Amino acid sequence: MPDPVLELRGVIKEFGEAVVTRVLHGIDLRVEQGEFVALIGPSGSGKSTLLNLVGLLDHPSAGEVWVHGERTDQLDDEALTRLRARSLGFVFQFHHLIGALSAVENVMMALAADQPRLTGEMRRRSVAALAEVGLADRADEDPRRLSGGQQQRVAIARALVRRPPLVLADEPTGNLDTRAAEEVFSLMRRFNRETGIAFMVVTHDPRIAARCDRTIELVDGRVVPQAT
Amino acid sequence: MWVDWFLALRILRDARMQTLLITAGVAAGVTVMVFLSSLMTGLQVSLLHKTLGTQAHIVVRPAEERARPLLGDAVVRRVEATAQRTRSIDGWQQLLASLDAEAEIEAVSPSATAPVFALRGNGTEAVVLKGIVPERFAGVIKMTEHMEAGEWTVADRGVVIGVGLAAKLGVAVGDRMRLQAVDGTSELFDVRGLFDVGNKAANDVWVLVSLRDAQTLLDLTGGVSSIELRVTDSFAAEALAARLRGRTGLEVESWMAANAELLTALRSQASSSLVIQVFVILAVAIGIASVLVVSVIQRSREIGILRAMGMSRARITRIFLLQGGLVGVGGSLLGSGLGAALAVTFSHAVTDASGAPLLPIVLDARLFLSSAVVATATGLLAALLPARRAAKLDPASAIRNA
Repeated sequence: MPDPVLELRGVIKEFGEAVVTRVLHGIDLRVEQGEFVALIGPSGSGKSTLLNLVGLLDHPSAGEVWVHGERTDQLDDEALTRLRARSLGFVFQFHHLIGALSAVENVMMALAADQPRLTGEMRRRSVAALAEVGLADRADEDPRRLSGGQQQRVAIARALVRRPPLVLADEPTGNLDTRAAEEVFSLMRRFNRETGIAFMVVTHDPRIAARCDRTIELVDGRVVPQAT
Repeated sequence: MWVDWFLALRILRDARMQTLLITAGVAAGVTVMVFLSSLMTGLQVSLLHKTLGTQAHIVVRPAEERARPLLGDAVVRRVEATAQRTRSIDGWQQLLASLDAEAEIEAVSPSATAPVFALRGNGTEAVVLKGIVPERFAGVIKMTEHMEAGEWTVADRGVVIGVGLAAKLGVAVGDRMRLQAVDGTSELFDVRGLFDVGNKAANDVWVLVSLRDAQTLLDLTGGVSSIELRVTDSFAAEALAARLRGRTGLEVESWMAANAELLTALRSQASSSLVIQVFVILAVAIGIASVLVVSVIQRSREIGILRAMGMSRARITRIFLLQGGLVGVGGSLLGSGLGAALAVTFSHAVTDASGAPLLPIVLDARLFLSSAVVATATGLLAALLPARRAAKLDPASAIRNA
């Protein structure tokens, strides 16, 4: 059986020094290659903290985090940065596109993050990624001039252009109207099916969660097993 | 294209107004630097040119004669200072040869110099007779550039005098005049040329004749009373004078010692200019730093996403340092042009009655280069704090707090 793209073993996360607050209480979870998983839970349940750990943006207080077969909880900042560039894609609620760059340049940044120079090949792949989300004709557009749904599609192209084994999406449809939300979710689902890229989607929307392969529910920092 | 450069340029372009404002701030600072420096250097060069135009860099004279108290039982209450007479430097030919061989010395001119009277008709003027070897003297003081009338020659009982003395005695080129030493000995000389060295004292009292004629008139047969030197680096004159003093035991005076007050004034002026420039640079640095700090705060979300995508802290630092450096380079280019234009305009606007610039300016490549280096370094240093702040941003909280 191939390695899972993500595995957490007994992950604990605590904040504070004088007064210690435990936010995650020994999380165990696996996301297999090609899976489309929803992470749900009420506010304050530890979803963002878990996403930061999975996204290698934070270190666990205890336990192990494995990404694409590599144990990450003891890696230094530089090694985590390299691993993020190689293995993870991010889609955020507020797309977080860089206003100083055009749509295609935003996508190129995902390819150039750990490279010294921008190349013609990077641009070609980025335009192709934009074509996959239906925005080839808007490649040189200022992203601030695009609609919310289009901006989120650029963010998806950016997350997928390197074909990472895992994409983390934090409320990707939370800021969109129903139609744009449906478009964006369908797009992610299509990529998941066509490319085998695994997705972990944080959502408050039960309809989105219901359309995922599996749901992981977090309550008070603990995983509640859910029926798929 | 290098990714760091690409992002730095794009961020600067995106925040056009901020970029324009801080570049204008740097340009204003560099303009002040270039303008002040060109003016100060011009003033310094002009003053030194005027001072050194009629002065040797170093003058070697015989050691002063001093009365010494008798040794023994006699108790001396007061030793009277000896009146100085015109004396020759012992072994001056050998000294001349050794000075000629010094690499730091550009020209060496032996001279028999003493006060005499210049007579013409009923007119009598107290003057300074300088017996010289014309080619050597012209090496120390560029007389050929200052000739107003006649020729630069003192051969065959010729004399060259200043335009001031010529006016006082009413002589012109071709006239004759008498020179009389303090012991009453006198000789007739033909006026061969008139000079104007731009210094009234020299124009009024210098009387230049051949060394041999002066030696005869002053009863200084075969001797010289001073040796005048021009050195390659005028500001190294005092150091060389001290060395020669130690080596020869003679009285050696540099122009720097003779014009100590002028030098002090020039140094004070340079120090004031430096203080002004330092404060201008400081203001520019604070301006750049504050604008870039605001930029980091405004772009923290974007920096967060770049970090999340796998961009290293070092690269984020470089991107913001580059912005500071680019603003420094842009500002220095603009400021150099503006400073030079301002200096030239100022120099043309403020003139004397003849239309010559009252405040001369000096614009050389080193000034522009140093201004560019200072502005770029200021930009980089000012960007250091914001760059470090950007690199330290926690991507998770930067993204979440957006």
